Amino acid sequence: MARVFMKGTEAVAEAAVRAGCRFFAGYPITPQNEVPEYLARRLPEVGGVFVQGESEVASINMVYGAASAGTRAMTSSSSPGVALKSEGISYCAAARIPMVYANFARGGPGVGSIQPAQQDYLQATKASGNGGFRMPVFAPSTVQEAVDMTYEAFDWADRDRTPVLILADGVVGTMMEPVVLPEMKSDEEIAAIKASKRDWACIGHKLDYAHRAWIQPGQWSTTKMQEVNEEADALYKSWKARSEEYMVEDAEVVLTAYGISGRIAKSAVNVLRAQGIKAGLIRPITVYPFPYDAYDRLDYSKVKGILDVEMSIPALFVEDVAVAVKDRCKIETCLCSGGNIMSRDAVIAAAKKIMEG
Amino acid sequence: MEKIYTRTKTIQEDKVSGFCPGCMHSTVIKLIGEVLEELDVVDKAACVLGIGCCGLHMDYIAYDNTTAPHGRACAVATGIKRANPETLVFTYQGDGDFASIGLAESVSAANRGENITVIFINNGIYGMTGGQMAPTTLIGMKATTAPKGRDPKEHGYPMHMCEILNQLKAPYYLERTSCNTPANVNKTKAAIKKAFKNQLEGKGFSMVEIVTGCPTNWGLDALKSLEFIEEKMLPEYPLGVIRDRSKEEV
Repeated sequence: MARVFMKGTEAVAEAAVRAGCRFFAGYPITPQNEVPEYLARRLPEVGGVFVQGESEVASINMVYGAASAGTRAMTSSSSPGVALKSEGISYCAAARIPMVYANFARGGPGVGSIQPAQQDYLQATKASGNGGFRMPVFAPSTVQEAVDMTYEAFDWADRDRTPVLILADGVVGTMMEPVVLPEMKSDEEIAAIKASKRDWACIGHKLDYAHRAWIQPGQWSTTKMQEVNEEADALYKSWKARSEEYMVEDAEVVLTAYGISGRIAKSAVNVLRAQGIKAGLIRPITVYPFPYDAYDRLDYSKVKGILDVEMSIPALFVEDVAVAVKDRCKIETCLCSGGNIMSRDAVIAAAKKIMEG
Repeated sequence: MEKIYTRTKTIQEDKVSGFCPGCMHSTVIKLIGEVLEELDVVDKAACVLGIGCCGLHMDYIAYDNTTAPHGRACAVATGIKRANPETLVFTYQGDGDFASIGLAESVSAANRGENITVIFINNGIYGMTGGQMAPTTLIGMKATTAPKGRDPKEHGYPMHMCEILNQLKAPYYLERTSCNTPANVNKTKAAIKKAFKNQLEGKGFSMVEIVTGCPTNWGLDALKSLEFIEEKMLPEYPLGVIRDRSKEEV
């Protein structure tokens, strides 16, 4: 596969097309406008459908409809827009509708800033809508990862009939990098994927009550509602977390960060190591499920402290880190916010401070 | 003897209607079922239900259905139809769903000329939640959230969805009917059939607004509700074809 030079948003859009996504609805919001713009051009070329929704709310509901019809469907947005989509995301989770959405996160709260941030961590991993549900959340740190995760997300969504979130940020979305694009699924493969959902897709069935498609985002029966929630919970518990563990075997200071902060932290580890400081990194690749076990593998007789690095004030990701570390060592934070990108020098200084005790 | 009328097979025989006595949802749902059978499109039908009483029949209709978030039925229907154009997609929405919380989705789908059908039930009140004011509540009509009656100075005026959508270029067919008399029930059935046929022929957006009663929340019995429709609702919401582009095609 040849390498191409692409912007993160457009690379994610192309990865979706190659994964067989044939429906996209979205609404303009910075910094992810290239996703709808790219797909407005690209989807018609492959027989797909692009709709500019009248709002984020309408867009996610169009995706709910298209995915209910068995078509691989996607939407994307950025923080305030994702908040608006939360109603439809919850409906997709409740009705077990497979779909993929991407959040190219920006500063918050409120309208916040249009520059990159990681202020949506809790929303993305704990409460993406009402009602208490879970879904896989990928956290790409490079354009290549964003592409590979988007491609895989559609398979995961279909396999488990769940929404899948690509929790990117404004850096991954707006920077250009060399990237290897995945293979384009053929029309036959895409048709077969859609046909595999024929039994439950809301597209018409012969007159037979038992075999109609009934896509239910809720239940009248409390007994049935509990059963549905228990079944979903068993599914959530079956998911395996993924993480990158870098130079942690002998580490005395362990940096931990996800997404673009994880990439900056990894670079800081390399600098620290060159200076003779035994630094390591745990970078969750999925932030739901969270790779708690990666923190169990640390040698706490050596670790002087954990440095939580995130582009969010207040710190949010640190809450999962604290659950994972279980008071086995101290946790310090290195934070920035407001659309400011994490400074590698600040990370290095904070790691050295831990080493100095 | 020749059998001239039979129950529609699209409603399960062993299910009990959850609707109040005198409610016309059951009438409209029966008509939809009859039309689907007469057009032989039950196996192509997908219904997007709104939130409220307009979703109560989800358990006993025998054709495909889903429930949209409150007000979003036209967006969900857009998604199904665009993803699977051969499906006959229709929404079934009340006045709170279609004309209040879903106004943006409703008007925008109509403005795009989506090839879907909307069955809009206008009874001037929120039913399931217990009689709150709707955008279609009549002036002076009491609601639990307008205890002294709808006052235009505070609440504005009843919204006329057919007329509002008639300001747009794209909609193909807009008709307002009622189910308060046998004749009007027949007209409603004909309108639903026309709206479905329009979609099957790829004509675009059709809506049938059906003026109905809500005896429970109007505080009237079933017969008095019929009188209220005739004397109060229909003068505000006159029946008839508001838009029919087929008449303009020669």
